[in-house]
Amino acid sequence: MQKGPDPAPLLDVRGLAKSFGALRALQDVDFTLRAGEIHALLGENGAGKSTLIKVVTGVFARDAGIVRLDGAEIAPRSAKAALDCGIATVYQEVNLLPNLSVAQNLFLGRQPTRLGVVRQAEMRRRATALLQEFGLHIDVAAPLGNYSVAVQHVTAIARAVDLSARVLILDEPTASLDRHEVEILFRVMRQLALRGIGIVFVSHFLDQVYEISDRITVLRNGRLIGERETASLPRIELIRMMLGRELAETTGERVAAPAHGAGEACVSFEGYGKAGTIAPFDLTLHHGEVVGLAGLLGSGRTETARLVFGAERADSGEVKVEGRAARLHSPRDAVAYGFGYCPEERKTDGIIADLTVRENIVLALQARRGLHRPLSRGEQDEIAKRFIELLDIRPPDPERPIGLLSGGNQQKVLLARWLATSPRLLVLDEPTRGIDVGAHAEIIRLIREFCDKGLALLVISSELDEIVTYSDRVVVLRDRVHVEQLQGDAIDVTNILAAIAADGAARGAAS
Amino acid sequence: MTLKALFAATATAAVMFSLPAGAAQLTVGFSQIGSESGWRAAETSVSKQEAAKRQVNLKIADAQQKQENQIKAIRSFIAQGVDAIFLAPVVASGWEAVLKEAKEAKIPVVLLDRDIDPSGKDLYLTAVTSDSVHEGEVAGEWLAKTVGDKSCSIVELQGTVGASVATNRKKGFDDVVAKHPNLKVVRSQTGDFTRAKGKEVMESFIKAEGGGKSICAVYAHNDDMMVGAIQAMKEAGLKPGKDILTVSIDAVPDIFKAMAAGEANATVELTPNMAGPALDAIIASKDKGTVPPKWIQTESKLYTAADDPQKIYDSKKGLGY
Amino acid sequence: MMARLPRHGLAQILALVMILAVDRMVSPQFFDLRMQDGRLFGSVIDVLNRGAPVVLLSLGMVLVIATRGIDLSVGAVMAIAGAIAASLADSHSLPLVLAAALGTGLICGLWNGFLVAVLGIQPIIATLILMVAGRGIAQLITEGRIVTFTSPDLGWFGAGAILGFPAPVVIAAGMLGLTVAVVRGSALGLLIEATGGNARASELAGVGTRLMILAVYAWCGLCAALAGIISAADIMGADANNAGLWLELDAILAVVIGGTSLFGGRFSLLLAVVGALIIQAMNTGILLSGYPPELNLLVKAVVVLAVLLLQSPRLAGLAGLAARLRGARLRLKGAKA
Repeated sequence: MQKGPDPAPLLDVRGLAKSFGALRALQDVDFTLRAGEIHALLGENGAGKSTLIKVVTGVFARDAGIVRLDGAEIAPRSAKAALDCGIATVYQEVNLLPNLSVAQNLFLGRQPTRLGVVRQAEMRRRATALLQEFGLHIDVAAPLGNYSVAVQHVTAIARAVDLSARVLILDEPTASLDRHEVEILFRVMRQLALRGIGIVFVSHFLDQVYEISDRITVLRNGRLIGERETASLPRIELIRMMLGRELAETTGERVAAPAHGAGEACVSFEGYGKAGTIAPFDLTLHHGEVVGLAGLLGSGRTETARLVFGAERADSGEVKVEGRAARLHSPRDAVAYGFGYCPEERKTDGIIADLTVRENIVLALQARRGLHRPLSRGEQDEIAKRFIELLDIRPPDPERPIGLLSGGNQQKVLLARWLATSPRLLVLDEPTRGIDVGAHAEIIRLIREFCDKGLALLVISSELDEIVTYSDRVVVLRDRVHVEQLQGDAIDVTNILAAIAADGAARGAAS
Repeated sequence: MTLKALFAATATAAVMFSLPAGAAQLTVGFSQIGSESGWRAAETSVSKQEAAKRQVNLKIADAQQKQENQIKAIRSFIAQGVDAIFLAPVVASGWEAVLKEAKEAKIPVVLLDRDIDPSGKDLYLTAVTSDSVHEGEVAGEWLAKTVGDKSCSIVELQGTVGASVATNRKKGFDDVVAKHPNLKVVRSQTGDFTRAKGKEVMESFIKAEGGGKSICAVYAHNDDMMVGAIQAMKEAGLKPGKDILTVSIDAVPDIFKAMAAGEANATVELTPNMAGPALDAIIASKDKGTVPPKWIQTESKLYTAADDPQKIYDSKKGLGY
Repeated sequence: MMARLPRHGLAQILALVMILAVDRMVSPQFFDLRMQDGRLFGSVIDVLNRGAPVVLLSLGMVLVIATRGIDLSVGAVMAIAGAIAASLADSHSLPLVLAAALGTGLICGLWNGFLVAVLGIQPIIATLILMVAGRGIAQLITEGRIVTFTSPDLGWFGAGAILGFPAPVVIAAGMLGLTVAVVRGSALGLLIEATGGNARASELAGVGTRLMILAVYAWCGLCAALAGIISAADIMGADANNAGLWLELDAILAVVIGGTSLFGGRFSLLLAVVGALIIQAMNTGILLSGYPPELNLLVKAVVVLAVLLLQSPRLAGLAGLAARLRGARLRLKGAKA
């Protein structure tokens, strides 16, 4: 990348330390950011990325260490104070006001006024000009909430930069953006770097990190692991730095043994569907089989899963469990038949944040046993301990509220919740979303293990590589219809893509 | 309730038909607040009796504690062209406009039980109310006379803090106490005009005053609180009416029951008969053109065990208290 | 939400002890006890006895609040149950009187639960309906007057005693024991906390969340009816205008003082009861103090604020307070700049 030789650091962090009670979140961490560079800050969940950002921006007080901006020591005590120094942060959930106009959001608290009256036209003119610099040509008088998340992000960035920020911290900015929106954001980031602004980029997407960043700093367990030039750091080496252990680079090679598909039918759906939600489909799941559901967002993957689990009520078709007719009118029915479901939205539909890991694990089993047959505390402790060990849940403390765990560990607790019920069918909707690399690989390994024990699995994932890796069979969905089933050697990314993309003209006409 | 109303209406109708044709039949509209208390219900039934006695056609509109309903009722009375309007105002202000309309229609308005803001003084004919300061005085004087020269520690159960009735009943009583150095109010706390609170507060008074032995008399701003206080005294092993004198205000039936049992000593009546004097004033002004005084004060009558409380109880209990 | 309160409730117990100590200061005979007609007699007994209705209400309320709901109608349900009990007391047998009053409370609770769980109406609105209408129903039953009764059977619920303890205290303690046994002895506690913590997730975990919600409102109605019976028995009459008036707020306050969040989830029955006793210890103390009644509400507000601050995790130390003041100053500076 275009940089002068060894420029003086813009932001220089030395020997930073921060503890929360006994937990040492940061120990002796150094971090340097040069003017005009995009610097990726990487690490697994719990590595200390967020803590580092929050200490630098004054949200948390630091225990030790020095932060210098342009050579001068700073010690902001709030995000506002940090912003006054020139350090701006844009979080994944944009903290602007969606019901105000774009222009009002940009100039909130510093509107151009004349005699105390806000000069609306002037404000709009300046807002339009400001956003044009970032390649956005939009109506700034419309409410911010009317625009996509990408536009909201760019607006937040524009506001920060216009407040004369020299350091811009972007925390997981691309998590909810599609490919096109990511392009818009990256264009803006490159533009800002050219203007000499230093950008810290936090992301789980390694592809994006390689695409945009100049340098990479890796943290692990609150310590600095290393700082490298992106161009000269092989991907496998980066993952090794993040995980601290050797891991075969995910290649998308199938590990599913073909022997699996032949188990006995576990659950079978015939003409099962719901008008307006998903077209009637036939689907049989066998013991020990992993069936992947592939398709674009909105193709009916999650709808299928919810119908299978009884979270939506079918209005046509029949379902048989172990060959006998069954009734799935609610999740309770499904649980009674030995089904389990890890939903896509882990925070809102999965975990109960206030309750402990133990309580979250035993919840489904207890619901299935009914009110009058409570699990004793001893039984609960035993179950929690077993699954914390089996799934390597960290920290291994059954009495910690689950909300305090990292995303990967929360997902493992949800898996434990269902495994504790000894289910016959488990539905996993995006089981690896928002989870760091280490937990990701582990969850895929666990999926394989469970079905080796005779469990039937229905897995939804947007990552085709992942689906190809573990599926015995892949059902491809398009426009709320199950369009194709791939089996055996036919399962590969190319075939799935072909099925998803097939007959694009008809698809356009239908929608 | 409805059956009773029907009966009253039938009675009124019967009276009407028995009258010779051509006789001046007065029609009076009465905008009643509602039925928020037993006393209010008694006032309504006594009003009906008093109207029937004078062969007046009384139309009662229940406002359910809402001023807007009262204003609506008054407008409707004006439209019907009644001969007079009785108003028991739910609040003191906001009556100017509607009372002006009545005045323009030349329909006299009489306020019952409660007064309104002075700004509306020339908009009504007269107000029939009791004097709650005087009620407190009557209670105080009975106590002063009963204890004589002995020194007497009094505990007081106040009404709701800030209610004008409570403030006035306290003032009247305090005025009398001030004139008698042997009387002293040692504790005073609000019982919110309710039995439950009256009982709870009395319990605490008894404990705070050495098991109640040092208390000579209880003064309660209403009978309901006193009924509660009597229970508290009994549960503490005291004999209300003997160990501790009681005097309260309102004269609701249940206090006569206690009096008959020797557990209460005195009560001052807040008469539910406000309509009687009001009707007399209207009839006098219609017949002879007599202008009544701006304020007609109802009698604050004292009742004690000497007044055959059982008989009063029997006569009062049907009134809807 | 995340940093939940310590479950052992040290702050609440400390607050209760402090208030009792203040009570002892304003009234030296506060802890004196003697027997009177087979019943313990003293200010401490008054605290328990007068606190019994709110204790009962808070036992139901805490479960409702744990499901992220609220029940504003408990005061009105008290009035209805009291009115029914008092109207029937002198003409019917005690079991029938109790069955009618408690049954009505149960129906009221089920009605609230139906509105919330089945029709999906916001709890505050759903129960507001019965809060307003319920008192009207009670007034219809009593025809707006205080209905008195003489039945000593029903009277026992106010004036009776077991082993010297007033009947309301024994009943409230019994209900506490029963509620703890039912809720913590079965899986109900866990499933209620799960429902309150995240109803969607609980539903997807197979928890019958609607049944949970229906059950807690029904229980709340039943507890309110029992409180109504006690209140009516206490004054040997039903005062539809005033019975249970504003007690729903005391019950909610008791639950909040007991450390249960209005956002649902974790709850503690025992600490809710401690919360109710804190409120009553304060009320009794005020009555004993001899201060003019104009100060009652002010004193209450100050004490409640102090108790809530005492258990606030954010104000664990003055350091926290100082940091916030500093932050506020910085914000002010920022706003000026």
